[in-house]
Amino acid sequence: MEIINLLIGGFAVAFEPLNLGLIIFGCTVGLFIGAMPGLGSVNGVAILLPMTFLVPPTSAVIFLAAIYYGAMYGGAISSIMLGIPGASTAVATTFDGRPMALKGEADKALIAAAVASFVGGSISVVLFTAFAPPLAEVALAFGPPEEFSLMMLAFATFIGLGGDDIPKTFFSIFIGLALSAVGLDIVSGEPRLIFFDIPGFFHGINFLVLAIGIYGIGEMLWTVEVSKGNVQMSKATVTVERTFDALRKVLGTWKTMFMGSFLGFFVGILPAAGATPGALMAYGIAKSTAKDPDSFGKGNIAGVVAPESANNAASTGSMLPMLTLGIPGSPTTAILLGGMVIWGLEPGPLLFVEHEEFVWGLIASLYAANFFALLINIAFIPAFIMVLKMPFTILAPIIFCLCVVGGYVPTQDMHDVWLMLGFGIVGYLMRKLNYPLAPAVLAIVLGPIAEPAMRQSLIGSHGDISTFFTRPISGTIMICAIGLLLMPVIKILKNRMQADRKPEKGV
Amino acid sequence: MRKAELVMALCLAAFSAYLMLKSAELPIGWIPDEGPGGGAFPFWLAAGMFVCCMSVVYRWFRRTSPISQSTEPYMDKNTQRMFITIAGSLTVMIGAIHFIGVYFSLPLFLMFYLRFLGRHSWPLVAGVAIATPIVTFFFFEIALLKTLPKGFTEPLFYPLYDMFL
Repeated sequence: MEIINLLIGGFAVAFEPLNLGLIIFGCTVGLFIGAMPGLGSVNGVAILLPMTFLVPPTSAVIFLAAIYYGAMYGGAISSIMLGIPGASTAVATTFDGRPMALKGEADKALIAAAVASFVGGSISVVLFTAFAPPLAEVALAFGPPEEFSLMMLAFATFIGLGGDDIPKTFFSIFIGLALSAVGLDIVSGEPRLIFFDIPGFFHGINFLVLAIGIYGIGEMLWTVEVSKGNVQMSKATVTVERTFDALRKVLGTWKTMFMGSFLGFFVGILPAAGATPGALMAYGIAKSTAKDPDSFGKGNIAGVVAPESANNAASTGSMLPMLTLGIPGSPTTAILLGGMVIWGLEPGPLLFVEHEEFVWGLIASLYAANFFALLINIAFIPAFIMVLKMPFTILAPIIFCLCVVGGYVPTQDMHDVWLMLGFGIVGYLMRKLNYPLAPAVLAIVLGPIAEPAMRQSLIGSHGDISTFFTRPISGTIMICAIGLLLMPVIKILKNRMQADRKPEKGV
Repeated sequence: MRKAELVMALCLAAFSAYLMLKSAELPIGWIPDEGPGGGAFPFWLAAGMFVCCMSVVYRWFRRTSPISQSTEPYMDKNTQRMFITIAGSLTVMIGAIHFIGVYFSLPLFLMFYLRFLGRHSWPLVAGVAIATPIVTFFFFEIALLKTLPKGFTEPLFYPLYDMFL
C-alpha cells in the first residue's frame, strides 16, 4: 500500500496553509472564469500563469490545477443560465441544461451539474492515482526515441481524431513546431530563424506569448464578435427544500454519472480529444442507452449529468499523460507543462522519482480542489449568476490589460508583447477560417522537447532513422501514430467505395 | 469567405517560403553519422506548411472545402468596425507603453474602451481606470519585484519605490 502512504504525504503538502488557501482561491477564480461566456480553463490558465511567479513552483502548479478544476465546474453555469456554453467543454451541457432552465428548473440543473462534476472529478482522481505510478514506472525506461515517437503519436491524434480540416490541422502543428525552433540551434548553438535580425528573437519565442496571444487576445476578439446579440438570462430560485429534492433526482442518475466519468477519463488521456468531445460522447451514449431518448434535448436531467461528469473526468485524465510521459492531454495541460518547465519541474517519469513530494502534493490537491469546487459552487450560485450579468465591455478591456502585462512579465521584453498582439490578431483571423489553433499551442510547448529527442536519437544511432522503429516500445508507438495519420485517408477511401457502390445498387 | 480563404492561404504560403529561406541559412542537409543539420527541422516543417497552404489553395479552386463554398461575408460591417477599433486601440496602447509607460497607457485604454465602446457611466470608468494601475503596481512591482516599462514617467515612481521597497 505504498500508494496510500504517498498519497497521505501528498495531503500533508496540499493542506499546508498556503497551498490550501491557493486551492480554495484557485477554485473560486476558476469557477468565475468558467462561468463567463467565452472564457474557459485554458484562457484562465494562460492569462494567469505569469501571476503565479509570486509563490513557490509547487503552490503555483496547485493553484493553476485548481483553476483548471474550478473552470470545469463553472462552464456549466452559463450553459444553463444563458444558453451560451461558458467554455467549449460545456457545449453539451446546453442541450438539456438550457431547456431545464426555461422550464423553471435552473436550480435543479445547476445542482445536477455540480454533483455530476464532483462525481466525475472524484472517480477520475482515483483512477489517476491508480494509473499514474505504474505508467511512470514503465516510462522510466524511455529514451529519446520513445520520447520522440510519443510526440508523433500526440500530433497524430490531432490528425486522426481531431475532426478539423486536415491540411489546416497539419499547418497548425507545423507552424507551432517551426516557431519553437526560433532562437539558437540546440546542437550547434548557432542562431536560427532570427527574423529581420531583430534581437528579441534570440531568446526564442516563449510558448506563453503564443498562448496568451491566442487564448487571451484572440479569444476576446472572437467573444466580442460572437456575443453581440442580446442574451436572455433565466431565473433560478434556490431554497433548501428544492435543493434536497434536486439532489435526490440527481442521485437517481448514478449510472449515467459513472458512465460519463469513466468515458471522460479515458477520452481525456488522448491529446486531441479531451474534455469537449468527451462530454459530447457521454451525452450521445446517455441518450442512446436511455429508456426515453426522446426526452433528451427537452430538459432531461441525465443530459446535464452525462457531459458534466465527463468533462471533469477528462480534465483529470488529461493530466495523466502530462505528468507521467510529459505529453499534455489538452491545451490547458500543455500550458501547465510549459509553466512547469519554466519552474524547473520537467514533467515526465523522472518527476515521480525526483520530485515525489510535488507529484503527490498535486494529486492530493486535486482531491481537495474537487471537494472545495463543489462546496463553493453550490454555496455561491447567486454570486455566479450576478457575475453573468456583468457586461462584457467591462470584462474585455480588463482582460486585454492583463494579457499585455502578463505577456511582458516573464521575459520583461516589449518585443514579446508586440509578438503576442500579432499572434492574437492573426490567430483570430485564422480561427474565422476554421484553422484549429490548439495543435499550434501544443506544438510550441512540445517543440523544444521533440527536436532534441529526435536529434539525440539520430546522433545515438549514427544517423539511422530505423532506430525509431526497431526499438520495441518506440516502434509500437510509431506504428500507432502512422495508423492514426492514415485514418483520414482510409475514411476518404471508404466514402468513395460506398459512393461507388450506391449507383450500382440503383441499377 | 472565399476571398479571405485564398488571401490567408497565400499569405501563409509566403510566410512558409520565407521560413524555408531563413532556415536554409543553417545546414539543412543530412550530416553523415549525425543526422539532420541545424536548419533541417524548421526547413522541412516550413516546407510542410507550404504544402498545406497549397492544398488549401487547390481545394479553393476546385471548391471542395466548406469554406471555399461559403458565400457568407468574412466580416460583416459591424464586426469589421469592432475589429479595427479594438485591434487599433490595443496597438496604440502597446505603442504608447514605450513612451508613457504602462501606468498611463493602461488607464487611457480602459477609459477609451469603457466609455466609447461600453458606454458606461463616468464614475465606473474612472473607478476601473484608477484601480487597475494601482492593483497592477502593488502586485507586480511590490509583490513580484518585476518592474514594468514606464517610459519617461519613470522618475514619478521613485518616491513610491522609496516608500514600499
